[in-house]
Amino acid sequence: MTPTPAGRRPARPPLSLRNAWNNVHTRAWIYQLLVVAGLLGLGAYLIGNAQHALSKQGISTGFSFLGARAGFEIGEKSIAFSSTDSFLRAYGVAILNTLKVSAASILLATVVGVAVGLGRLSANPLVRKLASIYVEVFRNTPQLIQLVFWYTLIANLPRPREAFSLGGMAFLSNRGLTLPWPGDMPVLRGFNFQGGVTLSPEFVALLLGLSLYIAAFIAEIVRSGVQSVGRGQVEAAQAVGLGRADIYRRIVFPQALRVMVPPAAGQYVSIIKNSSLGVAIGYPELFNVNNTIVTLSGHTVEAIAIMMSIYLAISFAIAALMNLYNRCVQIRER
Amino acid sequence: MGRRTLVSRAVVPAPGQRRAPPAQAGGLLPWLRRNFFRSPLNALATLLSLAAIAAALPRLARWAVTDAVWSSPDAEACKQAAGACWAVVPEKYRVMLFGTFPYDEQWRGMLAVAVILGLALYCALARPSARAVAASWLAAMAAVFVLMLGGVLGLEPVGTHAWGGLPLTLIMFVGTVAGGVPLGVVLALGRRSSMPAIRAVCVGFIEVVRGLPLVTVLFMASLMLPLFMPEGMSIDKFLRAQIAMTLFFAAYAAEVVRGGLQAIGKGQYEAADTVGLSYRQKMAYVILPQVGRIVLPSMMNEIIRAFKNTTFIGIIGMFDVLRATSTAIQDPVWVRYSIEAYLFIALLYFVMCYGMSRHSARIEDELTVRR
Repeated sequence: MTPTPAGRRPARPPLSLRNAWNNVHTRAWIYQLLVVAGLLGLGAYLIGNAQHALSKQGISTGFSFLGARAGFEIGEKSIAFSSTDSFLRAYGVAILNTLKVSAASILLATVVGVAVGLGRLSANPLVRKLASIYVEVFRNTPQLIQLVFWYTLIANLPRPREAFSLGGMAFLSNRGLTLPWPGDMPVLRGFNFQGGVTLSPEFVALLLGLSLYIAAFIAEIVRSGVQSVGRGQVEAAQAVGLGRADIYRRIVFPQALRVMVPPAAGQYVSIIKNSSLGVAIGYPELFNVNNTIVTLSGHTVEAIAIMMSIYLAISFAIAALMNLYNRCVQIRER
Repeated sequence: MGRRTLVSRAVVPAPGQRRAPPAQAGGLLPWLRRNFFRSPLNALATLLSLAAIAAALPRLARWAVTDAVWSSPDAEACKQAAGACWAVVPEKYRVMLFGTFPYDEQWRGMLAVAVILGLALYCALARPSARAVAASWLAAMAAVFVLMLGGVLGLEPVGTHAWGGLPLTLIMFVGTVAGGVPLGVVLALGRRSSMPAIRAVCVGFIEVVRGLPLVTVLFMASLMLPLFMPEGMSIDKFLRAQIAMTLFFAAYAAEVVRGGLQAIGKGQYEAADTVGLSYRQKMAYVILPQVGRIVLPSMMNEIIRAFKNTTFIGIIGMFDVLRATSTAIQDPVWVRYSIEAYLFIALLYFVMCYGMSRHSARIEDELTVRR
């Protein structure tokens, strides 16, 4: 508050409508009241319409349908599930499938992304060119086309009998990717493999579609992160006699990490959200299973609300972790 | 770190004595050594890359070019060939590019695509003023809608439910950007407003939308919007998808604009206040023009992403280029050549996205030089 002569408060302007309208604070209050009232009114109107429509169709509302018998099968599951189980359990299976494919994709995207990003920084022009071709191709085509492409490619692979063998241990065929498991080697019996772990074509396609696309963005994040470390830092490290590996490990990387982690976390969230594209190829993730639940239960509004809350909870949880991380690595000014 | 040793091989020159820079040997061999065989690791990288190229390139070239079939009306030639069957493109391009649009009217879709791409190219190359850009896009889109919807000028009426392929993709994209950028600016300003209720509404909207997958937003729009409408009123499917795409894009655009608003020095705001500009004048004449320049590259990234995201509308049952293509190759004669069809549309998207990103990089260069 600005000091006024003789410590007196400034004289209030006479109370009138015109003066009130010209007062910044009053006007701010009026604007906000209008916006809030408008939104509440709109919300009430829309919900009223929905209730009217639902009651006319004779659809009961509420979440009690979650306990009802689901009546459908899910092809891929990490916990036991059959059509006699409840809708609630179907959500559980779907969430686990979403998390499973997301976790694998995050891992693969990070590995490929870091490799390609370092490739773009390589002193070798050949490596640099190959890495930049990768980035341009994967970044400039829609993720959904890439996903459908991988799925079609896997569907067109030879049958298990003529499967591509990766060192006689892992096999790639139109049934998916069969990997060895400790103490359990895959063997071809009849028309399919026995033993080992077989990743379904849907899972493999979604894994490739999610991770190879995001890897292009992670590569760019890695590149700009490394480049953000000042030239002086590297020169100083060289001056004290550190070798190339040590310079990277002890000087460049820790500083680059601070720049890289927040955008990389954004890309990871993007992987989790876009795992919903699994619906396009029939992988039973959250969005896909939710569609089935909507159709079978008829509880459109509730099912969509549940699905959205789950996605929001995951996104917000990662955002919260990110804020925590940022607080930890922030440069403390002395 | 036990290996750290104090080694100083450099010979300190006597004062006043200058040493010539180390000579760099010319010629092909030294150049090769410098770039490709500088260290063992570098040499290994070179050899591995060469091996990968040598293994992949001939095979790829044989499949895509030498052994490929370029035209075959009934796919008979493709069955004999070992290579790609590009014949699927000339046979199916009408469905891939125009979807379910009535066959005899597809010239209208073609013309609409030509108008949009032509104007986009003109704006990118000739760089008319912002006012001219806005006016010409308004006029062009009005013409495109007349052309696509018909019902006037003797054109057969075609409902939006029959739209498909490239015209649908491009119209959806232009609508998303044209609606989403202004809405994003409003949301970003709201997020930085001093009024707490306005701020809360904007933050809530932006964060919730950004926390959701686009397909769920589209799904909600296509299933729930009709439920919320008053009895007897319905919004058509195209419009519902357009609303969802626009709101989704606006939330991301808002965050880009917010970054720009934060990058502008406090002094600019204070100077505008000092000369007595109103909020609207301050934003329109002082702040937003500077924000526009700062956020252009990241906004272009979001715009390119919005273009790629138009493929998502296929999931709620609209016939964009991707879904139209998937439908086209359901044909049992051609289903074996889906890969070729997908590669063709991937190339189509690549050309457009790459063009946009190159253009954005060029503008960025110019802006950096001028600053």
